Amino acid sequence: MRGNVVVAGIGHTAFGKLPGRTTISLNIEACRNALADAGVEKDAVDALLVKPPTSNPQFMYGQTLAEAMGVQPRVGGAWDQGGAANISLISFAAMAIEHGQCEVALVCYADNPRSGSRHAYEKAWGDDAAFGWFGVPAGYAMLARRHMEQFGTTSDQLGAIAVAIRRHGAANPDAQLRKPITLEEYRASPWVIDPLRRDDCCLVSDGAAAVVLMSRARAKHLGVSKPVPILGFGQGQSSWEVAQRPDLTRTAAEVSGATALKMAGLTAKDIDVAQIYDCFTITVLMTLEAYGFARRGEGGPFCAAGSLELGGELPLNTSGGLLSETGMPGLQLVIEGVRQMRGQARQQVRGARTCVVSNQGGIMHTHSTLVLGQTL
Amino acid sequence: MSAGAKPAEAVNEKTEDRPAPAFPAPEANATSAPWWRGLDEGRLSFQRCGACHHAWLPPRTECPKCLSPQWQWETASGRAKLVSWVVYHHAYHPYFASRLPYNVAVVELVEGPRMMSNIVEADGRLRIEMPLALVIQRESGVALPRFKPA
Repeated sequence: MRGNVVVAGIGHTAFGKLPGRTTISLNIEACRNALADAGVEKDAVDALLVKPPTSNPQFMYGQTLAEAMGVQPRVGGAWDQGGAANISLISFAAMAIEHGQCEVALVCYADNPRSGSRHAYEKAWGDDAAFGWFGVPAGYAMLARRHMEQFGTTSDQLGAIAVAIRRHGAANPDAQLRKPITLEEYRASPWVIDPLRRDDCCLVSDGAAAVVLMSRARAKHLGVSKPVPILGFGQGQSSWEVAQRPDLTRTAAEVSGATALKMAGLTAKDIDVAQIYDCFTITVLMTLEAYGFARRGEGGPFCAAGSLELGGELPLNTSGGLLSETGMPGLQLVIEGVRQMRGQARQQVRGARTCVVSNQGGIMHTHSTLVLGQTL
Repeated sequence: MSAGAKPAEAVNEKTEDRPAPAFPAPEANATSAPWWRGLDEGRLSFQRCGACHHAWLPPRTECPKCLSPQWQWETASGRAKLVSWVVYHHAYHPYFASRLPYNVAVVELVEGPRMMSNIVEADGRLRIEMPLALVIQRESGVALPRFKPA
């Protein structure tokens, strides 16, 4: 099914602080924009798949959204997999389209933790609260420390990731944070949870994003202008909480990446541009190792060598990622991947023919990978 | 997951007339109560499967390896090693604001199970794989399993 399903449309809201908006309203705006981008009428939509809002989970959220949008999809609902859900939903939609279960799918996500509740990101981890174990950044810090101690990864190497992504975000007028940083400024950034500094941590953002998927044949029939083929996808689940994980520096991103690249018939060497989930800098480093862009333990030197910059070996998060464009988890990385494959990115990687996109959730518990090809 | 990296500023505020923040005490359930009771009586325990002999924490109703519901409590030797650690510079809960910076660590018991804890009495630099020894300390009346360099 490689290349049989395409991303036909992309859409998003503004990113940042959007007070007074519900996630339903944000989702509808993103879907409206994605349908307009694809040139598809709402009535053609027969699949509506949504990642539930992290900061305010609601029962039957997918059906609530479908009702508000006035669609009765054949395939519909919400899937909770944390930040990996967006690409997982895209892959599910692609399989459903391939097997005739639906024809035009909307995949969307909205959340408003910036103007609403951040509780989901700051809460205790069960009874381990007695040890002071709170918050999402702590889990990633625990992985980062182990990586540093085991492989000699340095704070400056993590800093190189932040510097590259913040530079890309600064050139994106839609980015929430348009302030580039130097490595010196990174070093001066305060600790949140050592070994992670403030500038290792992504933004907190309100916003929504959506994509429209259909078969390659349907896109051709409808005259979609820049359909981007899905070459491969995969998933992997690490499952164990941080304390129980047998190896803190290996995750199921290995499985997810290998599955997607195998389906695409590609290896890491064939990838021209990457959009890697950057909730924290360490997430990027470990995902690049898992996908085979750097050998295990060698992600630090790879990132510090300028590889992630435009013109580097693997230009990464070219619109600013979660560190700079929007902290909204995941779907905007897919959208930037689509722009790159259409040749319409603001910071276009010249001649880019392949793009890998990663989504992940929890403390690198869940992973999903998408490989996109150049527009047809 | 997404970050929400910056803890609420209000957490670090100290106000004279505010009562001392309460310790976030564990909420023992039917499965975990024997583990906490064991600590209260001076021993760190873990579960071992009667069918496949796998050892684990935290307390569960079935063996996560072979799914058997047949298991026993065993008392840990208290010997362990350091897997990883972090140092909090922000308090996500007001109870911990007064002890910043403080560490939280993943430790591995020699019997196999891994758990969250704090490293105490660490004068020198912490390093992964360093040997540790159990110290049970009381915090607001709750016996907590912590570790010190062995």
